[in-house]
Amino acid sequence: MGKVKLKKQDIWIDMTPMSDVMVLLLCFFMLTSTFTKPEPVKVVEPQSVAEIKVPEKDVLNILVDKEGKVFMNMDNQFQLADVLADVTDQFGIQLTKGQVANFKSDPMFGAPMNVIEKFLNMEESQRREGLKELGIPLDSIDGGKSEFQMWVKSARGVNSDIKVAIKADRETPYKIIKRVMNELQDIDENRYYLITSLKTQED
Amino acid sequence: MAKVKKSRQKKQQTRVDFTPMVDMMMLLITFFMLCTTLAKPQTMELSMPTNDDVPQDEKTVTKESYTVTIYVAADNQIYYVEGLVKPEDPTCLKKTTWGKDGIRKALIGHVTEDGTQPILDVMTAKAKLDMEREKNPAMTQAQYDERLKAIKRGDIDGKHIETMTVIIKATDNSNYLNLVDALDEMQICSVGKYVIDKINDNDKKLLEAAGVKE
Repeated sequence: MGKVKLKKQDIWIDMTPMSDVMVLLLCFFMLTSTFTKPEPVKVVEPQSVAEIKVPEKDVLNILVDKEGKVFMNMDNQFQLADVLADVTDQFGIQLTKGQVANFKSDPMFGAPMNVIEKFLNMEESQRREGLKELGIPLDSIDGGKSEFQMWVKSARGVNSDIKVAIKADRETPYKIIKRVMNELQDIDENRYYLITSLKTQED
Repeated sequence: MAKVKKSRQKKQQTRVDFTPMVDMMMLLITFFMLCTTLAKPQTMELSMPTNDDVPQDEKTVTKESYTVTIYVAADNQIYYVEGLVKPEDPTCLKKTTWGKDGIRKALIGHVTEDGTQPILDVMTAKAKLDMEREKNPAMTQAQYDERLKAIKRGDIDGKHIETMTVIIKATDNSNYLNLVDALDEMQICSVGKYVIDKINDNDKKLLEAAGVKE
């Protein structure tokens, strides 16, 4: 009789230290983490030996995919609304509050001006799917600035400390990169950060 | 016997089962681990020249043998020209490979008309600086950067040497990875003066004459 009871007690494991560790780990992850923003297109950045980190704030990210589609985002949500207002004003587009809110909630933007109103009226899931097919046009409008240049210029106007970071896929032909850089040079943006991942093995 | 049993029961009552809590913690941690990027991506700083015309007297003049032009071509090919690009003489275009035994070796081994090897000198100076930093942990990052900048400018041990200028030219069908690789070599070789330039007619002629796939 006594033996059986003793056995039952042996199964009990004290979970307290484990939960302590878990809470610590959880705290660590919650404090250190920055969430990955989903990108509309898959971009594999090239590897390099550069060890400079991306600046913490005031970054204008430019995402270039293999086919040359360009997307952008800004880390500062408040300034983003100003930039949007600035660019849409130049095209004479008036967005509703809901559309602006939709724009701000998207992780990246890249709808051309001619469809932006329609695009921002869509549901979130539709927008996520639809954005893959879009991209900011690089063609100049009537010999003037392109939409891409307008976006960068507005971002610079809203925040003069903004830093341009270009993230391009490693397979992107140089032709496309050249075009993006050229357009940036045309509006006197001559310093960029090229986002790369750390090279792990030496060639 | 009966007494012992009673006291045990009392002890058990104070215990709380933490297993469900641990389960939940595990789930939360997994969620956070999967959703986050711990390592921030690396970047490369790049300054491009302006598209505006620079007046002639503000342009810097470099001696012919102090320049190397790197051509990044399609299909991961890389070529280089030491000194002036001569479009009528395709033999000045040399084919090489990426990495340690290719372009890096060529850059390090480049000898100028004055018989110096600027890239080798700069790299040795940098290695010396790195060793000094290892021995002297008091050196701050700012101090290190300052000295590295001086070395890249060519001020080594109180003497000033002329440094190399590297021109990187990428053809339309080369890919971005190759461009970044070329910039990487500049970092590894501590080249202070490098520029990404466009392919002009001379380069086109040369590449065509040498039968390079653009």
